[in-house]
Amino acid sequence: MSDLMTIYVPLESTARSLGADDVVLAIAEQAARCGQDVEIIRNGSWGMSWLEPLVEVVTDRGRMAYGNMTADDVPGLFDGGCEAMCLGLTAEIPYLGNQDRLTFGRCGLTDSLSLDDYQTHGGFRGLEKALGMTAGQIVAQVTASGLRGRGGAAFPTGVKWNTVLSADSARKYICCNADEGDSGSFADRLLMESDPFCLIEGMIIAALAVGADKGFIYLRSEYPLCKEILSEALITARAAGWLGENIKASGRDFDIEIRMGAGSYVCGEETAMLESLEGRRGMVRAKPPLPALEGLFGQPTVVNNVLSLATIPVILDRGAEFYRNYGQGNSRGTTAFQLAGNIARSGLVEKAFGISLRELVTDYGAGTATGRPLKAVQVGGPLGAYLYEGDLDLPMDYEAFADAGAVLGHGGIVVFDDSVDMVAQAKFAFDFCALESCGKCTPCRIGSVRGAELVAKIQAGEDMADNFSMIRELCDVMEAGSLCAMGGMTPIPVLSALKDFDRESGQ
Amino acid sequence: MPKNTRNIVDWDEGEARRVIAPCARLRGGLLEALHALQHAFGYVPEESCALLAEAFNLSRAEVYGVRSFYEDFRSAPSGDHVIEVCQAESCQARGSRKLTAHAQNILGLRLGETSVDGHVTLRAVYCLGNCAVSPNITLDGKLYGRVSAERFDRLLKKAGL
Ligand SMILES: Cc1cc2nc3c(=O)[nH]c(=O)nc-3n(C[C@H](O)[C@H](O)[C@H](O)COP(=O)(O)O)c2cc1C
Ligand code: SF4
Repeated sequence: MSDLMTIYVPLESTARSLGADDVVLAIAEQAARCGQDVEIIRNGSWGMSWLEPLVEVVTDRGRMAYGNMTADDVPGLFDGGCEAMCLGLTAEIPYLGNQDRLTFGRCGLTDSLSLDDYQTHGGFRGLEKALGMTAGQIVAQVTASGLRGRGGAAFPTGVKWNTVLSADSARKYICCNADEGDSGSFADRLLMESDPFCLIEGMIIAALAVGADKGFIYLRSEYPLCKEILSEALITARAAGWLGENIKASGRDFDIEIRMGAGSYVCGEETAMLESLEGRRGMVRAKPPLPALEGLFGQPTVVNNVLSLATIPVILDRGAEFYRNYGQGNSRGTTAFQLAGNIARSGLVEKAFGISLRELVTDYGAGTATGRPLKAVQVGGPLGAYLYEGDLDLPMDYEAFADAGAVLGHGGIVVFDDSVDMVAQAKFAFDFCALESCGKCTPCRIGSVRGAELVAKIQAGEDMADNFSMIRELCDVMEAGSLCAMGGMTPIPVLSALKDFDRESGQ
Repeated sequence: MPKNTRNIVDWDEGEARRVIAPCARLRGGLLEALHALQHAFGYVPEESCALLAEAFNLSRAEVYGVRSFYEDFRSAPSGDHVIEVCQAESCQARGSRKLTAHAQNILGLRLGETSVDGHVTLRAVYCLGNCAVSPNITLDGKLYGRVSAERFDRLLKKAGL
């Protein structure tokens, strides 16, 4: 053997949590043993999480994928002993091939930290176009694309930017919300680890659009690898002149700083995040004033989710029309659905809005991982509804979900099989609210504690009917009397979890 | 942040001041300072609160308020080894309640406790963002996915626990 062998092994948390680093060591050892020159490239993740560590060997035909690679399997990569694990060409794996990869187009494809790779695959083309446009033109493009915030509230991004653009202030900020606290969600992390320059590019475009010169990424502390990767990407981008003073001789300045969260879910709420960025307790602020007008340090501020910002480059590059041609109704473009929990083929599926929950869970996800019947699906994080078999034909669309009393949120989809105890899930929703409440509103702070106690009584079989109706009343109070969605939406998982219990006990 | 706290350092005011100073130059840098102190000492020592108050021009009560709001900041050292077991929905769907019971049994600790000899801390965590391969844990700051009871035992053994 003499020809250089090129092998991709993801540098991404999921792959690493399943032994990708051991695989890298084993490859290096085996290469030395058989005198084979090997180049190992640490790419991002393709998002086919159930196959991680997904290792690829470059061949004449393209990149050959091998799933669930372990260090013990590595010798087989060299002597053909792994053929049974070969999944064929990565790009032709249907799970991936059938997606609409716009935001995540480079994830898995490129070396996460290579600026060359980034630019070879379309990176900075959106920004280059933006540099030739006026602020108003950029905002108009984003508005026309129909992009709505991917952090959960689905507010039109262009409208928010326009407010910040119109605000008169010498100092404006771009704050990227990378707090990703929802269980079942990992798309922000996957993007930041796999294609960090894409987020950076999106933030620079946002800065050009509203006239900001400083940006922050508020990153949750549970993501230490993201911090490393983003920090390195920021240094690289700065050195190449994409960040800092006089970006690419445009006369514009913009730089980005990473700030770490500290284990608080409510700090994902945008005003709590701003408080936290200012070094205070993460207490939710009353609105108005809107953060767009009085945000960080009292200045006009764009607060956007990682995915909202990371979608900006492709919109600027390919145009608003191209983007809005995906999707349906008022849900334009694509979004990242994350298949999690008890599901056979877990991972990230970027698809145009409108695909049904059933297609995601059954066609992409191939049902439960345990093989037992599916019982419930929680969509949209801990404040999202539990849905059941009869709901699976719902299209993934903001309005369709709202009409069904559910939310798309950040696109997390957690599947449960029939061993789930739905009353325990209802209790957890209250417990979680009690744990994470910022404490400002009584219905949220105290109501959640009382709610958990009431569910515990039901679990103990006490006065079921009475306790049920008290939970319903309590939920009304929480919904009406909470400042933010933490208290205001906790009733959604609680009541949807108990709806099922109601049905069972009524039989 | 999950962290291996094996290197707990004795209180050292000079060191604390050195750690705080660069953060105090950042606008809104109090959280950064708390992270930095925890990194340096393994927890946020009581004594540092007065220094933080001084550096950030806050009352001591405000500093305590911030420190206590956030789960990450600890007022006492953790064990030499720290194990966090995710308790959130995706991991629940893959048996985290059973895994937690198993961990508690094996270690003789409840969530939130540190062994008397200071060797091990067991903690709850709410979502590690690795939900496609639940259930998840961290052991000494390292993330592990698809953790069955057997894998849990193997990981403990490898860490000498
Ligand atoms: C309790 C709570 C937690 C939230 N957590 C997050 C989060 O982790 N990430 C996020 O982007 N948005 C989160 N949000 C939504 C933000 O308040 C805000 O709507 C969003 O960051 C705006 O960005 P977007 O328009 O790009 O979505 C949360 C909201 C609430 C009420
Ligand atoms: S609803 Fe809860 S989390 Fe939200 S502001 Fe009120 S107390 Fe804080």
